[in-house]
Amino acid sequence: MSSNVEGTPPSEPLLDRSDVRVRHDTGIGGAIRSLADRVRSGDLGSLPVVVGLAIIWTVFQSLNPIFLSSNNLVNLLFDCSTVGVISLGIVCILMVGEIDLSVGSISGFASALVGVLWVNSGWPVIPAILAALIAGGVIGFFYSVLFNRLGMPSFVSTLAGLLAVLGLQLYILGSSGSINLPYGSPLVSLGQTLVMPPVVAYALAALAGIVTLVTGLRTAARRREAGLSPQSITGLVFRAVVLLVALELIAFYLNQDRGVPWMFGLFVALVVVMNYAFKRTKWGRSMTAIGGNREAARRAGINVPLIYTSAFMLCSTLAAFGGVLSAARLASASQQAGTGDVNLDAIAAAVIGGTSLFGGRGSAYSALLGIIVIQSIASGLTLLDLSSSLRYMITGGVLATAVIVDSLARRSRASHGRA
Amino acid sequence: MTGMSQGPVAAGETVISLRGVSKVFGAVSALADIDLDVKAGEVVALVGDNGAGKSTLVKILAGVFQPTTGTMTFQGKAVTLAGPSDALALGIATVFQDLALCENLDVVANIFLGNELNSLQLDEVSMEIRAWTLLKELSARIPSVREAVASLSGGQRQTVAIARSLLLDPKLILLDEPTAALGVAQTAEVLNLIERVRDRGLGVIMISHNMEDVRAVADRIVVLRLGRNNGIFYPDTSNQELISAITGAADNSVSRRSGRRIAVQNEGRA
Ligand SMILES: Nc1ncnc2c1ncn2[C@@H]1O[C@H](COP(=O)(O)OP(=O)(O)O)[C@@H](O)[C@H]1O
Ligand SMILES: [Mg+2]
Repeated sequence: MSSNVEGTPPSEPLLDRSDVRVRHDTGIGGAIRSLADRVRSGDLGSLPVVVGLAIIWTVFQSLNPIFLSSNNLVNLLFDCSTVGVISLGIVCILMVGEIDLSVGSISGFASALVGVLWVNSGWPVIPAILAALIAGGVIGFFYSVLFNRLGMPSFVSTLAGLLAVLGLQLYILGSSGSINLPYGSPLVSLGQTLVMPPVVAYALAALAGIVTLVTGLRTAARRREAGLSPQSITGLVFRAVVLLVALELIAFYLNQDRGVPWMFGLFVALVVVMNYAFKRTKWGRSMTAIGGNREAARRAGINVPLIYTSAFMLCSTLAAFGGVLSAARLASASQQAGTGDVNLDAIAAAVIGGTSLFGGRGSAYSALLGIIVIQSIASGLTLLDLSSSLRYMITGGVLATAVIVDSLARRSRASHGRA
Repeated sequence: MTGMSQGPVAAGETVISLRGVSKVFGAVSALADIDLDVKAGEVVALVGDNGAGKSTLVKILAGVFQPTTGTMTFQGKAVTLAGPSDALALGIATVFQDLALCENLDVVANIFLGNELNSLQLDEVSMEIRAWTLLKELSARIPSVREAVASLSGGQRQTVAIARSLLLDPKLILLDEPTAALGVAQTAEVLNLIERVRDRGLGVIMISHNMEDVRAVADRIVVLRLGRNNGIFYPDTSNQELISAITGAADNSVSRRSGRRIAVQNEGRA
């Protein structure tokens, strides 16, 4: 844990360690110190949401001991997955600094479409789902054309879309108003009962830890070879072990009841894929760049309209997919699907999780963390038998807090010279 | 530098030439009937007072603005630049006066923006090494290339923007006031760099208000005044002549000022 890096003679500084003014933090102590620095300058990451979650869980657990029971947490994960997927789409669109206010309507329309095509028209379930996803993508494409060609603010076009798509949903549902999806079908089972066998859950948790460690070690080795300072091995192992132990404990706890829902596994898989796309691909880099400085991105030769199109389409497709999952969860496609607080919950989750409303900062994981916060509040209040009026007020308050934290952090970053 | 596609440009060949270029912003005619030629291995200094249209001309060459009228020839072929990516594809790299960096991205990401290595699995290690090499070439003092650009000083940002322009081994480099925010040593490095890229056969257009820097590196000095060509000069032109071309009159505040100083000196001697 010294400041000297293994394997290189101290006489010749590494390529990226030649500036004497910079304090290079290594090891666990160093990691904590640089985290403290980052937080102080407003680079909060997911810290506020983790703190918030701890508070919320403590309060609800003390009010009702069932709250943190395995059974309730498994239900919580089932409920998280549907709106969570929608929220993942919101992260995409917020990344480029735009918004889609119609994700709730799109999700409701998608669930209605699955109901109509699959149950009423007798399509096989997979083509019905694909049709719903494509319909979602087309709506997003439409928004992107309005945005790129006509310069229509996404706020306005998607607000119009909110009503128009809701109208479409009511139209295709017709007078019946509600379609029941067959119990026992694979789709409904996915939404209501299917859980991973315990072995699979433990194996996946182990896999996450191992992949973290192996990729970390590989990067460190490449950096050392190339004459750049590698990450400290101690820190890497520490992180991987903490992750592994935490995930195994969660899996163990959930396995005391039914286990880890497959639907939640699907949601987490999507989060991991999107995280990779944001952080490790040229597309993700372009998204972040456009969110940070659109004109600079254009001057760098990035096809800005194309990236916007991808963001709008991805957002609405994920919204449609979230709608399909909610239909599976509720075993029905109804006029109420996607209305009420779905829209707000999805947007709030992304922001609460730490994705900035101002564009250019965010992470796929914010959808996961944020939706757990929102669903915890919903679940806790339901257990306390409190009416939805109170739930709306509390969720609204949490959203306002998240936006205040976002704005304050942005201001603090500006004064500390961090974007 | 990464693979020079068509080999070094033959010295003396005209890289770019503009004929009759004009640009109108609403009621403002920012450029009118501009002619400009840049040869390979030549440094052309573009000088003119504030608002003369220098940056507008650079942005037209960079594909950021489209000219209202006029033609552009690049290496003998007529071209139209529909956007910045067209200019980049031809090999025109630009350091903009307003830098155009993404504050939320780190130095490496900014240098490689739009040209990332390995688009489906970004090769961060190679990019970081290349970034350090480019920055070393400019004797940059940047503490960490993994810090967001927002945390850098004006001069450091300018260095990042210059490093960025060198990445793709361009044929023509446009530098809009590249030394405006730089310290003494860094300014010298940038001037050295301009000479190095000229010797490699690149064409360079440099905008600067510092006549000393302009004389030090320019092969030709093109003066713009109120959006029009106002003469082509060579580094041996007297300051007096250059300044009157820039300001448009022999009797101007600059010459009056230097005249006053000479008078004072003469009085002191008497
Ligand atoms: N985007 C724009 N819209 C309207 N007018 C502009 C724009 N850009 C530049 N101008 C005008 O064009 C003229 C030349 O500006 P510029 O090229 O920036 O001058 P310089 O770089 O020589 O100081 C100025 O009068 C400026 O107001
Ligand atoms: Mg200018």
